[in-house]
Amino acid sequence: MTRFLVRRVVAAVPLLLVVSAATFLLVALVPGDAARSIAGRNATPEQVAQVRTELGLDRPVWTQYIDWLGSAINGDLGTSLINQQAVTEQLNARLGATMSLIIGATVVAAVVGVTLGVLGARGGWLGRTVDAASLIGFAVPTFWLALVLVVLLAVKVAAFPALGYTPLGQSPSQWMASLFLPVVTLAVPATASVAKVTRDAVSDAMQRPFVRTLRAAGVPERAIIARHALKNAAVPILTIVGLTFIGALTGAVLIEQIFALPGLGGTAVTATAAGDLPLIQGVVIYFTVIVIAVNLLVDLAYAFFNPRVRVS
Amino acid sequence: MLQGPSAEHWLGTDTLGRDVLSRMLYGISPTASGAAQALIVFLALGIPLGVIAGYRGGLADQVISRVADLALSIPPIIIVLVVIVVSAGRPVAAMASLGVLGAPGLIRVVRAASAAVRDELFVTAAKVSGVSQLRIMRTHVLRRIRGPVVVQASLFGGVALLFQAGLSFLGLLDPDRPTWGAIMGEASTVITQSQWLLIPPGVAITLTVLALGFLGDAVRDASADTDAVATAKASREAASPRTSTATSAALPDPSDYVLSVRELHVHTTSGVPLITDISFDLAAGETVGLVGESGCGKSITALAVLGLTPGGIRIAGGGVYFDGTDLVAGGEAAYRRIRGSGLGYISQDPMAALDPVHTVGSHLNEVLKLRGVGSSAARRERALELLSQVHIADPQRVLKSYPHQISGGMAQRISIAIALAGRPRVLVADEPTTALDVTVQSEILSLLHELQETTGLALLLITHDWGVVADICDRAVVMYAGDVVEVAPAHTVFTAPTHPYTAALLAADPSIEHSGRLPTLPGRVPAPGLWPQGCRFAARCRLATEACSEARVPLIKTSEALSRCLHTDLLKLEKRA
Ligand code: SF4
Repeated sequence: MTRFLVRRVVAAVPLLLVVSAATFLLVALVPGDAARSIAGRNATPEQVAQVRTELGLDRPVWTQYIDWLGSAINGDLGTSLINQQAVTEQLNARLGATMSLIIGATVVAAVVGVTLGVLGARGGWLGRTVDAASLIGFAVPTFWLALVLVVLLAVKVAAFPALGYTPLGQSPSQWMASLFLPVVTLAVPATASVAKVTRDAVSDAMQRPFVRTLRAAGVPERAIIARHALKNAAVPILTIVGLTFIGALTGAVLIEQIFALPGLGGTAVTATAAGDLPLIQGVVIYFTVIVIAVNLLVDLAYAFFNPRVRVS
Repeated sequence: MLQGPSAEHWLGTDTLGRDVLSRMLYGISPTASGAAQALIVFLALGIPLGVIAGYRGGLADQVISRVADLALSIPPIIIVLVVIVVSAGRPVAAMASLGVLGAPGLIRVVRAASAAVRDELFVTAAKVSGVSQLRIMRTHVLRRIRGPVVVQASLFGGVALLFQAGLSFLGLLDPDRPTWGAIMGEASTVITQSQWLLIPPGVAITLTVLALGFLGDAVRDASADTDAVATAKASREAASPRTSTATSAALPDPSDYVLSVRELHVHTTSGVPLITDISFDLAAGETVGLVGESGCGKSITALAVLGLTPGGIRIAGGGVYFDGTDLVAGGEAAYRRIRGSGLGYISQDPMAALDPVHTVGSHLNEVLKLRGVGSSAARRERALELLSQVHIADPQRVLKSYPHQISGGMAQRISIAIALAGRPRVLVADEPTTALDVTVQSEILSLLHELQETTGLALLLITHDWGVVADICDRAVVMYAGDVVEVAPAHTVFTAPTHPYTAALLAADPSIEHSGRLPTLPGRVPAPGLWPQGCRFAARCRLATEACSEARVPLIKTSEALSRCLHTDLLKLEKRA
C-alpha cells in the first residue's frame, strides 16, 4: 500500500510541471499580456514596456519559467505584483475557508446524493422525482441560488450571516453558521450529480445476474441494494464524488465572491481582475495539488471497494 | 427607476429604467454565442481525437488518452481565469479555453464508442471488402458515436452556459455586453432594494440548461433498451389466475406434487404473451427436463416458477403450486417465504451469478444468516460443510476467495452450495452446464444427481441437451413457441416421441445416442406475438393439415405421454413403417 502511495505521489510531479509550464506558455501564446493590463487600458506603449521590464516579463518565457521553478522547489512561489506580499503567505491564510467550504459541500453532496440515488433506484414515483430534482439541481446557476438563499434566509429571516467567515479556531458554532449558506449552495448541484450517478449505477447493478441468485436464495430487496448493488456501484459513485470535489473548486470561485468568504477562489478572482500573474500561478499550483490529493484518495477508495484492483 | 412587472413593462424595469424583458431578449445572442463558442471547440477537439484514439488504438490512443487524463485533473476555472488575464477579458478566448478543457471528457466517451465499433464484425467485413478507412469512420463509427456525442454535447452546452453566466456575473467577461449573467450581476448590486430583478435571468438560465438536459435524456432513452429500464416491480403485481378451457380435467391434483405449474401465462407488460398455458408437475426426488430450442420460453418458465421474471414481464394468469399452495395467488410475500428455503435456483452463467465484490464466504454467510443460523462460528462451520458437500477440495481457502479468483466449474459448485444453504426441496437449474467445459459439465451433472439421491431434492432442469435428458431426467417437458407440446417419460421420448417437433429434433441429430446437442431445425421458432392461431408448429411440420391451423390444439393424452398434436397417430404409423 505504501508502495502504491509513493508511486502515485511521484507520478503527480510531472502533472505539476505540465500545469505550471502550461500557465507560463499561455502567457506567451495568447495575445495581450499582464504588463498591459497592469499598466492600464490607457497606458502608452512606453509605459507598458517599462512595466514589462520591471516585472522581468521581457525575458524569454522559458527563462522566466526556470526562474520561477527554481524558487518554487524551495517553496517560494514569488510575490504578488499588486501588494508585494509573498504568494504562499497570502494563499495559506486563505486555504482554511476554501477547504472548509469544499469539503463541507462534498460531504453533504455525497451523503444526500447517495441516499437520494438509492431511493431513486427503486423506481416508481420516487425514482422520477429524484431524476427531476437532480436535473433541476444541475440546471440552477449556483450564484443565483446563493443570492436567493441570501435574500430568503439572511436578509428576510436573518437566520444566518449573509457575509463573512469565522475561522474554526475562533468559534466552532459561528464557523458552522458562516459556512451554512455557502455550503448548501455549493452542495445543490453536486448533490444532483451524485444522486443521478448513484441512481443509474445502482439500477445497473440491480440488473446484473447475481441479483437473481440472491433473490432466488431469499435475500430481501433491501439487503441486496445495501450490501450488493451499492458496493458494486461504488466505482462510478466514487468517481463522481471526486469530480464533484473538483467541480466545487470551480463553484467556490463564485460562491466565495458572493458570500465574501476569504478563500482561494476570491483571491483568484481579484488576482484575475488585477492581472496579478504570480498570484494566479500560485492559485493554479494550490488547486492542482488539491486535485492531485483528491484523485489519490479516490484511487485508494477504489482499491478498498474493488477486490480486483486490490489484488493487482 | 426600479419597477416590478407592469402592463407596460412585462418584466419590470432595471436601475436605469430600462425594460428588463427587452434586455433579456437582447441578452440571448451574446449568452448563446458564448456557450456556442465553447461547444464548437469542445466538439471540434473531442470528436476527432476520440475517434482516432478509439479507432486507431496503439500509440495514438496512448498519447491522446494520457493527455486527456492529465487535462481532466486540472480544475477548468483556474485555467480559464488565467486565460482571462492574458487575453484581457476577451470572451472568445475564455469560452474557447473552456471548450478545450471540457474536450477530454468527450474524448473518453467517443474513444470508448469507437473502440467498440472497431471490434465489431461489420468493420472487419468492411475492411476486407476494401472500403477506405475514412469511409468506415464516416459511416459506421460516426453512426455509433452520434448518440453519446449528442448527450455529452447537451450536458456540456449546459455547463458552458452556466460557466459563461458565472463569469459575466462576476464581471470578468466584457461587462458591457448584456448577457444573462451580467444582468444578474447588476441585479445583485441592488438586492436590498429589489429582489424581483433576480428572477428573470435566473429562471431563463435554469430553463435553458434544463431544456438541454432533457434533450440529452431524450436521446439517451431513445437509444436505451426499453426492457431493461422497466422496474422489477411489475413482475410482482398479483396476477389474477385465469381459468383455461383446454386441459384442466386431465391434470392431477397439485397437492400430490412438491411443485406443480398450472396453466401458467406470462406476458410482457404491454400484453404480448411469452408463454401460455404451461402445466407440468414435479414429484419429490424427481428430475424433469424442460427441453426446446432457444426462444421457446424455457427460461421464462423457470423464472416464473421462482416469481423472478425480469422487469417488463409479468405472470398474467395460472398458478405455481409449492406443496399445494399457490404462490402466484399468494403474491410476492408467498414467493419470499419459499425462495431459498423451498425453491433454489442456479443459473446458466455461474461467474456472473456471484457478486464480484463479495467473497464466497460472505455469500454463504449472508444466506445462512437468513436461514437463522445463529452464531458466526456456526455459520462458518455450516459453510464449510456445504462446500464439501459440493466437493470443493480446499473449502478453507475458497471461503476467502473472490469470484474472479475461481474457475467457472467451481463457481457453479458454489452457486449450488448457496442454493442448498436453505435446504430447498426443489432446485431450478437453468442450463447449469452450458457455459462450462465438457469435462466439467459431466462433473456438475453427476454432482446434481448425487445431491438428489442424498437429499431427496427434486430437480427442474432447463436444457438444450438431449444427452442431459437421457443421463439424469425422469421425464421430459418439451416446449415450443411458449407452449408445452409434449410431456413424456425420458425412456419413451427417445424411442417413441408423440409430437412431430420432438421427433424432428431427435431425427435431426443422428448422434443422439451419444449425448448430442439439440440440433437446429430448418425454419425458425415464431417470435412471441407472431404465433399462429392454431398449432404453432404448423409452418415447420411435415404432417400439418388444414385442421391443425384452425383452432388451438389441446394437450392430448396418449398411452404414456401428453402431446399437443392432432396427428399423433400418424407419427406412430410413420415410425412403424
Ligand atoms: S397439430 Fe398438426 S401441425 Fe401441429 S404438430 Fe401436430 S401435425 Fe404438426
